[in-house]
Amino acid sequence: MRDTLTGSRIRERRQIAGLRQAELARRVGISASYLNLIEHNRRRIGGKLLVDIASALAVEPSLLTQGLEATLISALREAAADAVGQQAEVDSLEEFAGRFPGWAAVLAQMHRRVVSLERTVETLSDRLTHDPHLAASMHEVLSTAAAIRSTAAILAETQEIEPEWQDRFHRNLHQDAERLADSSKSLVAYLDDSDAADDRRGVPLEDAEAFFEQRGHHFPEMEGSEDSSAIDLSEIDSAAAKTVTRGLLDVYASDAKAMPLKAVKTALAGTEPDPIKLAAQFSVDIATVLRRLAALPDGVLSRPTGLVVCDASGSILFAKSVPGFAMPRFGEACPLWPLFQALNRPLVPIRKRIVQLGRSAAEFDCYAYAWPQAMSGYDDAPVYRSVMLVRAVEEGGQGGQPVARVGPSCRVCPNADCESRREPSILSEGF
Amino acid sequence: MGILSRGGMKHMSRKVLLIEDEPNIAEAIRFLLTREGWQVETHAEGTDAVEVIQGANPDLVILDVMLPGKSGMDILRDLRELDDLRGLPVLMLTARGQLRDREMAESAGVSRFMTKPFSNAEVLTAVRDLHAQATQS
Repeated sequence: MRDTLTGSRIRERRQIAGLRQAELARRVGISASYLNLIEHNRRRIGGKLLVDIASALAVEPSLLTQGLEATLISALREAAADAVGQQAEVDSLEEFAGRFPGWAAVLAQMHRRVVSLERTVETLSDRLTHDPHLAASMHEVLSTAAAIRSTAAILAETQEIEPEWQDRFHRNLHQDAERLADSSKSLVAYLDDSDAADDRRGVPLEDAEAFFEQRGHHFPEMEGSEDSSAIDLSEIDSAAAKTVTRGLLDVYASDAKAMPLKAVKTALAGTEPDPIKLAAQFSVDIATVLRRLAALPDGVLSRPTGLVVCDASGSILFAKSVPGFAMPRFGEACPLWPLFQALNRPLVPIRKRIVQLGRSAAEFDCYAYAWPQAMSGYDDAPVYRSVMLVRAVEEGGQGGQPVARVGPSCRVCPNADCESRREPSILSEGF
Repeated sequence: MGILSRGGMKHMSRKVLLIEDEPNIAEAIRFLLTREGWQVETHAEGTDAVEVIQGANPDLVILDVMLPGKSGMDILRDLRELDDLRGLPVLMLTARGQLRDREMAESAGVSRFMTKPFSNAEVLTAVRDLHAQATQS
């Protein structure tokens, strides 16, 4: 930056300090008209006068004399070049940066942020549309399906076919059927992403859930302690994911304190958990009981137990999976889940047996409960959250009571006539 | 092979070159077209596909998009650069059936675009149509 802009910086700093020109001139012992010439870069300035002015403005002299960083000017040039439909006065760029350093820095920062966000969007959309693993898996499935369809049609529709060809096509069909089974499994495993924890990185909630999953949803070091800071989160990359995880751990710690493990084990000895009784016994709300039951170490409960928490918008805030019960990776779950029905009847515990369509037809006992978040003041409308405990029904225990049919999410639900359907299922489109 | 050669006797001059790396799809299509009287040659590599097409001088090419070495889309573009192959009918088969892929194939000069899994009848109809158009023009 040319030092001829020192005057502009003095003017800028004087205005920020709320000083009139005459006042600053008086303080440093020069006339207002001379200061005016300096501020308009028509007089060079240095030495004692510069030090005095800097002192009067409570800034370092170097702030007034040194040019702005080259990166700032460069960033502003890039911002001007990238602007769509706007012609920036590039010739006056240095003057602009000199006179309005704060605004210039804000503009440069905004531009850097836009560039960074655009890159992120590009990367994510590229991953969605050109995911190489997904593309390769889909190609494998569709090519095998094409081979099976053609070969099966030849066998079914050709009137006269020599035994030699018949044998060959039967062999091909068998090969392709096995390939289709393998590639379908591989594709489903990829989409479910059950084991590829690394691929989940990028979405804070998924990082947090992966962290809980890795620890088996139980943290012995927090039992009996209300402090979650003992848990090392260094393996989590992003600050956002750390914040989400820390929040979940705080809830865990609070639940563990309210329902100590030893006492819970004693209460559950030989009996099936009854959330209402447990809530009364430990003087806690039902949400605490449901969360706590899902966080017990292996072996305390007789059957696999999952958990889902959502807010009033229906967004999933936390999920602990349970085998056979699909929990959508990106929210958008089935609105028929008791989890969401509980939001219609806050503070009323719901118990319902469900079966998820399109899966293994396994039955689950669900306990759901919606409770209000803390209110900030009088007359505030409460905002509710809902929690649902999902327990596999033991073998032989099925069929004993009414079962509600729910889906995983609309996109993969085969119930075409559902009144609550949001969008067509890809299953109904012949996927 | 006897049943294959029965229909083939009537139309020995018609030749289709099938470039497909999926052997069982290639075999099924070869069976179908041979019964329709086509002489069918197959090739499973993308890298030298243009040279193979030039050498085989077929009446029609069935071209898979995802091939080892070179994509069907690139092969098609190269074909359309060559004066003697600019008008060669090309039926393209792909597992990617999005509008964008179809538009890309059309801009590269495809004659017909078909997504997997296709029916045998669709393939036969497309081959018949393309051949009829080529012989009329």
